[in-house]
Order: sequence, then structure tokens, then C-alpha cells
Amino acid sequence: MTNYELVAIGASAGGMNALKEILSNLDRDFAFPIVAVQHVAPDSENYLVEYLDEYSNLSVREASEKQSILPYHVYFAPPNYHLLVEEDKTFSLTVSEKVNYSRPSIDVSFESAALAYKERVIGILLTGASQDGAKGMQMLHGFKSMTIVQEPKTASVPVMPKAAIELVTVDYKLPLEKIAPFLNTLSRTHAGRKEQKG
Amino acid sequence: MINNQDLAQENISIDIKLLLEAIYLKYGHDFRNYSQAHLKRRILHRLMLSNINSISEMQYKVLHEPEFMQEILTDFSINVTEMFRDPAFYLTMRKDVLPVLRTYPYIKIWHAGCSTGEEVYSMAILLEEEGLLDKTLIYATDNNETVLKVAKKAEYSTENLKNYQKNYEKGGGKGKLSDYYEEKGSVIKFDPRFRKRIVFSEHNLVTDNVFTEVHLIICRNVLIYFNRNLQNRVIKLFHDSLMKEGVLGIGSKESVDYSRYGDAFEYINKNQKIYIKKSGNDE
Repeated sequence: MTNYELVAIGASAGGMNALKEILSNLDRDFAFPIVAVQHVAPDSENYLVEYLDEYSNLSVREASEKQSILPYHVYFAPPNYHLLVEEDKTFSLTVSEKVNYSRPSIDVSFESAALAYKERVIGILLTGASQDGAKGMQMLHGFKSMTIVQEPKTASVPVMPKAAIELVTVDYKLPLEKIAPFLNTLSRTHAGRKEQKG
Repeated sequence: MINNQDLAQENISIDIKLLLEAIYLKYGHDFRNYSQAHLKRRILHRLMLSNINSISEMQYKVLHEPEFMQEILTDFSINVTEMFRDPAFYLTMRKDVLPVLRTYPYIKIWHAGCSTGEEVYSMAILLEEEGLLDKTLIYATDNNETVLKVAKKAEYSTENLKNYQKNYEKGGGKGKLSDYYEEKGSVIKFDPRFRKRIVFSEHNLVTDNVFTEVHLIICRNVLIYFNRNLQNRVIKLFHDSLMKEGVLGIGSKESVDYSRYGDAFEYINKNQKIYIKKSGNDE
């Protein structure tokens, strides 16, 4: 069984509620760090981060460049920057071209997560009106990481999860309210195995 | 062309290290301390677009075709920029920095990593509006000669003009942006009086040293591509290039706090990441 080390979540239109549903239902000792990309306007103040921090047991923050990626934290890509994951478990930022009309782009973060963490990523794609994230899911799948999409019927805008399903044979299609419990199970299994080893 | 399954089998990190070493040994361009994730993305992007099958094949091509090296150089540097990018930065410059610079008999500014020059002309316009252009010289440098050629021409597409006009206004612009350029078809050309106050030249932050002492350094969204070691080097370079109480403006998500020279600077404006070099640190 894979030793997962990172959760990567992407969301666009309707993402705020979907992210709130997930982040507010994760265990306090949720084992994996979370990297999140929500499409926002370039000049946004990113109050989303403060809002979600209120509802989550985890510490929700905007990612800083070179910051270490640690458990119990949710790191959001800053407005107008792409967020990259490094092999040494830190973040980098870039202002390179928009991808799928977006900066931050979900594809950019997912692809960098695949390249850095290989098969040890749990990729989750949520509601949105964009095509962003599908290629990222494809790369995660290619690296044998786990791919989960929100069941399009439960998405406030189904375009984005649908685009991913068309491109990749994803591992799981889950209704929104099932995603957090599923992640909690993975986290507890991970913690249990760690205890056995230790 | 390479697919995801093949990619997963590649020794990407090792191959990239070898490629960067080859580039350094052959051409002296040192990308070894750049963000790995950034380079990986750019290299794989090139790999997907071209008919090269692997990073090691790319290494062979780089070593034998200098013109391919120029392409790689352009791939590695991010040249996304716009007039008055992040208008609040220019507003702060206007309100809090230029009044300080005004007190000097002449002003020298270094814009490091100037790319295609949009932000250099933005600063020149700002100086003009504050009545300081005539006593200012701006040194604008980049490590990529291709973008410098564009910058020197002072010509830009009208495509983003609306956005530029909006940025200019938000940055505290006193007139109209169109006061400063001539429009010819799909191109605008900035008035030659700006170009006269700017010296464009090649300078590499990674390998070159201090070339002059200045009152203000602007270097935005360049440090984010460097690892901590290289950031340290560059911040020291800036420190050494600034006159007493000189000013440093970096990207809004960048910081000098982690650097060994962090203590040698204090904030003028924290949100806009504008610092002043503390006096008494010239050991």
C-alpha cells in the first residue's frame, strides 16, 4: 500500500462551499499536508483563506515561497501566482504565463506535486467551470498517485470534474460529503501503520 | 514527445542536474541554484513541444547547438510583465520613496531583471511626473539579450493597452498614459526622452558582481526562482550596491527576512515589500 504524503485539491467556480465542506470535516490530527488551488481574481485579497481557517481544525494559510510543507496545514496558492511543490518539501512561486486562463492554475500545482512526490499524492478535483486540473490529474495518474474527483452530479458546476473524468480513468468519483470521511480513513490508516512500525 | 507513463520512469532529477551542469560548463549560464520545480516545469514543457525524447537527448542538443541554448535560456526565464504591474507598488513609490530620492542632486536606479522593459518605462514615467527624470539615470539589466532587444526598442503591442491605462491610473498617474507614447497601428512607442535616461545592459545576478552604487534597486519576481543560497547571494549583492539609506523594492511575495542580510534592511512599506538599507551596516 502506498505511503501517501500530500493531498492536492483544486477548485474553481463553487469551490468555496465545497472546500468548506471538506476542510471543516477533516480530523484535527489529519496526517497529510494539503496544497489547495482555488481560482481567484488576480487582485483578490484572498479572504477565502481567513474564512476557511475559521471552519477548519487545520491551520489554513496562504503559501509562502520556500516555506516547508508540514502536516496539519492547508496551503493555498496566492492570487496571481502559480504554486509549485519542490522535492525537498518546500514551496516555490512563479508568475509564469496563465494556464487555462488561470494563475494560480490547478494543472501547474498538480503536475509539480506529481513530479516531486511521485505516487505519494492524493489528488482531488472539485467543482468548476474550467478545464483546469484535468491534465494535472492525468499526470498524477501517470505517476500512480491517487486521483479523486467530486461526483459531477454533486458539483455546483460540473464542467471541471467532468473534463477530468473524460481525460483520465480516475480512481474514485465521490459525492462531496463523502470526500472528507474518505480522507480521514486514509489518514487514520496511515497513522495506524506508522504506530505499528514505530 | 513524451507521455506521462514514460515520464514516471525517467530519472528526472538526475537528468536535470546533468543538463544544468552541461549548460554551466559549456556556456557559463548557472541555473544550478534555481528552483528545481520551476526548471522541471520549463524543461518538460520544452520536451512536450519538441521532437526530443528525453532530457539526456536535450543535453546533447544543448551542447552541440548554441541556438538551442538561446531557446532554453528564454524558456528558463519568466518574461511575464506589464506596465505598472501591481499599481499599489508604484503608488507607494510615488508617495513614500520619490520624496526621499528628491533630496539627492542626482538619482541612480538599478532595475535588475527588467525583462522586456515595461516596468522600466513605467518608472521613467513616474519620475517624469514627479519632475525627477532629468536628474535620474536608470540602469536596466537582464541576463537574456533577447528580452533586452525588445526593451531597447520601447515598442509594445496595443493589445494590453486598456489594462496598462487602468494600472497607470491606479498607480496614481497624473495625466493620461497616451501622453507618453505614439500609437502606430498595433504598436505604441514611448517617447525617446524616456529611453535617453535608461541604460540597458546584460547582467547576470547569479554570476556577475556589483557594477555601480545606486539609490534605488528594483528587482521584482526574480528572487522567487532562486533557492535560498542564491537568494542570499543576490540580497548581499543588492546590499553592496546600495548607497547609505538606499531603497530596495522586491516582489510582493518575496522577502529578505530569511537572508543573512535581513537585519540590514527595514521596511518602508511591508505590503509592497519596499525596504530601506539601515545605516551603520557597512562593515
